[in-house]
This record gives sequence, C-alpha cells and structure tokens, in this order.
Amino acid sequence: MANLRDLQLNHGTMDMNPDYTRAIPDEWRKVERGLTQRITALNLFLGDIYHQGRILADGIVPKELVYSCRHYRREMRDLSVARGIYVSVCGSDLVRLPDGSFAVLEDNLRVPSGVSYMLANRKVLKRVFPTLFGDYGVSPIDHYPQTLLATLRSLLPANSSYRHEPNIVLLTPGVFNSAYFEHTFLAQQMGIELVEGRDLLVHNNVVYMRTTAGLRRVDVIYRRVDDDFLDPLCFRRDSSLGVPGLFNAYRAGNVTLANAIGTGVADDKAMYAYVPAIIKYYLGEDPILENVHTYLLTNESHRNYVLEHLDELVVKAVGESGGYGMLIGPHSTAAEREVFRQRIVAEPRNYIAQPTLSLSRAPCFLDGEVQARHVDLRPYILYGENVTLVPGGLTRVALRRGSLVVNSSQGGGSKDTWVLRA
Amino acid sequence: MKSTGNNTMLSRVADSLYWMSRYLERAEHTARLMDVDLQLQLDQSGETGSDHWRRLVKAARVPIAEIEAMDSTALTHALTFDRQNPSSIVSCVTAARENLRQVREQCSSEMWEQLNRLYLQINSTKPNDAWIRHSHAFFRAVQEGAHLFQGVTDSTMTHGEGWHYIQLGRYVERTDAVAMLIGSHFTRLPNPQDQVAESEEYLEWVGLLKSCAAFEAYCKAYTAELRPLRVAEFLLLNPEFPHAVRFSVEMVHAALRAIGELTDRKADQPVRLSGRLRAALSFSQIDEILLSGAADYVSNIRSQCAQIHSAIHQVYFDYLVDTAMVS
Repeated sequence: MANLRDLQLNHGTMDMNPDYTRAIPDEWRKVERGLTQRITALNLFLGDIYHQGRILADGIVPKELVYSCRHYRREMRDLSVARGIYVSVCGSDLVRLPDGSFAVLEDNLRVPSGVSYMLANRKVLKRVFPTLFGDYGVSPIDHYPQTLLATLRSLLPANSSYRHEPNIVLLTPGVFNSAYFEHTFLAQQMGIELVEGRDLLVHNNVVYMRTTAGLRRVDVIYRRVDDDFLDPLCFRRDSSLGVPGLFNAYRAGNVTLANAIGTGVADDKAMYAYVPAIIKYYLGEDPILENVHTYLLTNESHRNYVLEHLDELVVKAVGESGGYGMLIGPHSTAAEREVFRQRIVAEPRNYIAQPTLSLSRAPCFLDGEVQARHVDLRPYILYGENVTLVPGGLTRVALRRGSLVVNSSQGGGSKDTWVLRA
Repeated sequence: MKSTGNNTMLSRVADSLYWMSRYLERAEHTARLMDVDLQLQLDQSGETGSDHWRRLVKAARVPIAEIEAMDSTALTHALTFDRQNPSSIVSCVTAARENLRQVREQCSSEMWEQLNRLYLQINSTKPNDAWIRHSHAFFRAVQEGAHLFQGVTDSTMTHGEGWHYIQLGRYVERTDAVAMLIGSHFTRLPNPQDQVAESEEYLEWVGLLKSCAAFEAYCKAYTAELRPLRVAEFLLLNPEFPHAVRFSVEMVHAALRAIGELTDRKADQPVRLSGRLRAALSFSQIDEILLSGAADYVSNIRSQCAQIHSAIHQVYFDYLVDTAMVS
C-alpha cells in the first residue's frame, strides 16, 4: 500500500529547511481512483451540456445553473473536441476531513497552475536530503512533463496534417503573467515551443506560427491563456493576448486547445455541489472522494440558514479563484459580514457557503522553530489516452499563523509531497 | 527529445535576440565615444573641443533639438543617463535587457546574469558632480560589461541559429556606427593629404582611431605615423580588425549565410545584399575611394547596411503570410 508523506518548503521566503515528515494513512490509491472517477465524470458532463443536455433534461442539474454561469460558452454548442476530452489537465484541491479522510474542496478545470512548484520543490529537497529519498522509497514525479507531452500528443485534431510530426506549442500570455516562469519551465522540459499570441496567425482556418524559416502549422495548443482572451474576434475584443480567428480554426477541427474552451462551467463553485450527482448519473457509481458540504444560496432554506450563521461559515464567490472574493466567517468582522449579507441577498447565484473546515495542519519550519500551519493538497491529473496522476502533488501552506488561505497569490507557501512506494 | 522538428526558431525570438545585440553594441559604442572624447577635450582648445562634441552627438544619433545650446555637462548627461533619449547608454542597456528578458529561456543563465548585472550596475550609478570626475571608470565598465557578455555568449550558448542573430545584430550595428563616424570626420576634413597629420588635426585622427578601439592595432600595422589615408584604409578596408567596416560586413555576411542554411533560404535577399557589399569592400582601393569622395562612399555603405537590415526584417521577422507557407 502506498503511503503519503509530506515535507515542507516555504516558497515565499525560499527557506529550504524541510524540518519534519508526517505519515498520512495509506490512501494514495484511493485518491487516484477518486480523482480519475471525478475527471471522467466531469468530462462526460461537459460533453453532455454542450451537446444533447441529457442531464439537464433529466433534471439532475438545473438548467439555469448551467446557462447562468459566466464560464458557459454558447460558442461551444455542438462542437466536437478531440477524443471528446474537454479537460485534459486538471488540478483538484483536496483537504482532510476531521476523520482524516480526503475530500475534494474544489476542481480547477480551466488553466490550473503550480505544477512547476511541485517539480521544483522535489528538485530542491533531493539536493538537500539525498539520503532520505533512498531510505523512504519515494515515488518519482519527474516524468510529469513527459506525461503531459504524451497527453497533448494524444489529442491531435480531427484534421491534423499527417505529413509531419505534430507541432505542439504552449501558449502563454507573456512575460508579465505571474505564472510565466512555469510556462517557460514546462515548455523547456517538454521541448516544445513557447509562443505568445503574436507568434501565431490563422490563415484559411489553419493555425500557423511564425518562424524564421517561414510559417509552421500548429496542431495542438496547450494554452495557459483564459477563454476570455483567446480570440478577440470571438471573445473579448480588447484582448491583445489572443489570436484572431483561433476559434474558427478550432471549430473547423484544425487545431486542438487543451483544455477546451468553456470548461469553467464545471468548476463553478455552485456546480461543485452537484458533482456527486453528476458522477452517479454518468458512471452509476458512488463518489469515491467526498465533497465538502455546500449550501446553495439560490435555495431559500439554505440561504436563510447561511444568513443566520455567517459567522460560522465560509462564503465564496462562485466564479473566483486564487482565494479572492471569500468571507471566512470566524475570522471576519461584523462589517465584512454585512457586506457579504448584502451581496448574497442581491445576487444569490454568485455565492455558495461551506462550513469552516479545520484544515489539517502540518509542521513547518518558520523563524527558526517548528510551527503548525494549515495545508491542502493539489494533485495534478492528466487525461489523454487514459487518466494519469503522477504520485505527488503540491501541498499548499497558509504561512500566516491560523490563516486558512493557502493561495500563493495571498502569501501561501508550498511543500514537497511524498507518496511512498508500496 | 525535440517534438517540433529541427531548427525551429520563432520570428519573435530571433527579432529579440537581434535587437538585444544591436542595443548592447550601441551602448558600448557610445560609451567608448564619450570616454575618448572626454579625454581628448583635455588636450584641445575650447572651440575645437565644443565643435567636436557636436559631431559626437550627431554620430550618436541623438534626437535632441536643442543640441546647439547645450554645454558639455548637459550633453554628457543626455548621452549617458537621459531615459528620454533612446540612444543614451542607460536606454540602450535597458532595451537590451528587456529584449533578452522576453526570450530568457533561449539564452544561457550566464548570459542573463551578466546582462542583468550590467543593467543593475548602470542603474545604481548616480549622475552627480562626483560622477563627472570619475566618468572614465563608468564608461570603461560599460565597455567591459559588453565585452564580458560577448565572451559569455560565445562560450555558453549553442552556436546555432539564435547565436547567429546575436552576431548579426552586433555587426550590423557596428558597420553602421563606424561608417558614420568615419563619414563625419571626412565631412569635416574633406581633402586630407597623404601626409603626416599634425597638432590639432593629429588629435582628431587619434580620436577617431580610439573611438573604434583601433589606435593600438593601427600602430602595429602602420607605426604611430598617422596619415589620414592610412587611417581611412585601416578602418574601412582592414579584413582582420574587428571594428573595421570590412571585417564587420564579413561577419554580417557569414551570419546571414549560416542563417540561410539553417532556414533553407540560401538565395534570399539578405544574403545577396550582404554579399554585394562584402564584394565591394573586398575589391575597393583607398585612393579610389578618396578620389571619388570618402563621405559619399561611406554614406553609400550606410544605405546598403540599412537595406540589409530591412531585408532581414522582411525575410525572417515580419514577412507576408502568402510568401511563407512551409508545411
């Protein structure tokens, strides 16, 4: 049986002292099966709502929830994607429930980031503690870029040109993006070209990149640019990061985008509450990993309960990420609660509430001593020919004492995570 | 394991490397000019000195309207620290760094560290009175920083297509800058005699040689006897000295041929243009050049150099879609 251990590495301070390892019960295999089940079901769900919409007709998921979602893309209706896979790169956030089991806190189905930290943490720790790795039998994760490349290769578009090697590129918003480092790192590790929107052009519905030797056809784009900015002719017109005409080329089946457009509808925080039902509907199975209990504020009784218990709950805006647009009840002031009360009453569809989890804590070496900090775990799931998880993930740490916000944009750190060989 | 086939270089990346290199060469050139001229001024009478300054500013392509009214301190500042002036040393080093930053994954870490170090060093310098007294050290540091970058580049970067764009940028810039400098000297002294230059005029020719880092090399070739004709010959037609126009054009041509091979565009315009200029310089004689007017000759070189530059842009960086379908 596999075992899970984690070590710490504080990113913000680049303090490389891994001070402590902690055994977590052997449940990696369960995590693997659970997340595989989840990504499979969510992909079927996306295929369904952008085609026949059976799940909506059957009343399992309310229509209005889908159609009112900011990330729902009408443009994707009846468009077939390669292999029927919408989400090929996913990062799901796991937390520990009080009984010690893992539950899914949220899915990131758009452009999840952080995988380079996972790889960098491991690289640093191997340098610092070479002997530990041999002694414990830690499963390697270094093959992530290779697996990602294989995943992207498996997603060739319908009209791929067979005359040459498939040309796979990574599309970045550019040097000013906070994840630019990760983009260059992954492109380098995979040996593919790192392109910006201005390097690409569309001619007769085919995507090309400008090289010094002329235009080269592009087959698969691992895009790290949000839907909104991908194509100024189709989405936001003020976008200078995108490629005019890209969507038409996509529609014509001449290029694959990974992840597909419009996947955000499935990681909407209100949709999250329906994921167990979605799994049941498409796979006929019970979810292997639990959800965190979620109050939908469009439901009147839920809403009344939440408004009465704002000081105990966590309220989240459905379309936000990065730890923004959140109210953490126990840590909030009366004024902050009042602001959220008004927002919830005005736009109930935009918020959900969850019980404040006592996120599990891990020891961290901070300011010269070992202290407890809250953590969560983000494993990365790849879906191409089959579903693959590299055995590990990014353990995110809330570096401020008592804080429950682990997002790196808000002062979070990260730790290496070890999955021990069986 | 390269999945995208062999030798793919994005036009944007090539463009950035090319300009990075041009800007750094420009910074180095300006620093050397300033260094030499500040030294030269000490030996010159006031009037000749200030006249010299104006020529220098012109050679450094400063788009400043009120040059006539500026004294040497203001001019030094304009050429060194003025961020409004795109040709100032600070602006050029900043632009070079910005270009490299955009394509960091294409260069070695050592290259990035060296250029970044130079940038930080220059930006931490305060242009006050004390600085003026020690400006020599500053200008030396800029030149050394650029030389070091070149050395680091040559020994840590794969000499593939990207490296050739760096070469190309450096030598296109140098061809133009040296040609312009020679031109401005010959415009002022239109009919130099083939005799030993004396006093004030002697200083002018020393200044020209030093501005091209060529004084010692010249002396080795011709002894310290400075004859304008020989100076012109050395700076224009010497095939072995790295700041001579002919040498620079040879390098431009070599880089373009290598790039032509790598991109499978051997017969394209840039190679043809640089080959023509190279042939002209290889078979020219200095007395013929002076007879027909040196100023015209160098301005012709400069316009050919500009043509090469725009051909590079049109063929490799910014081509029309219809002309460039590969596969």
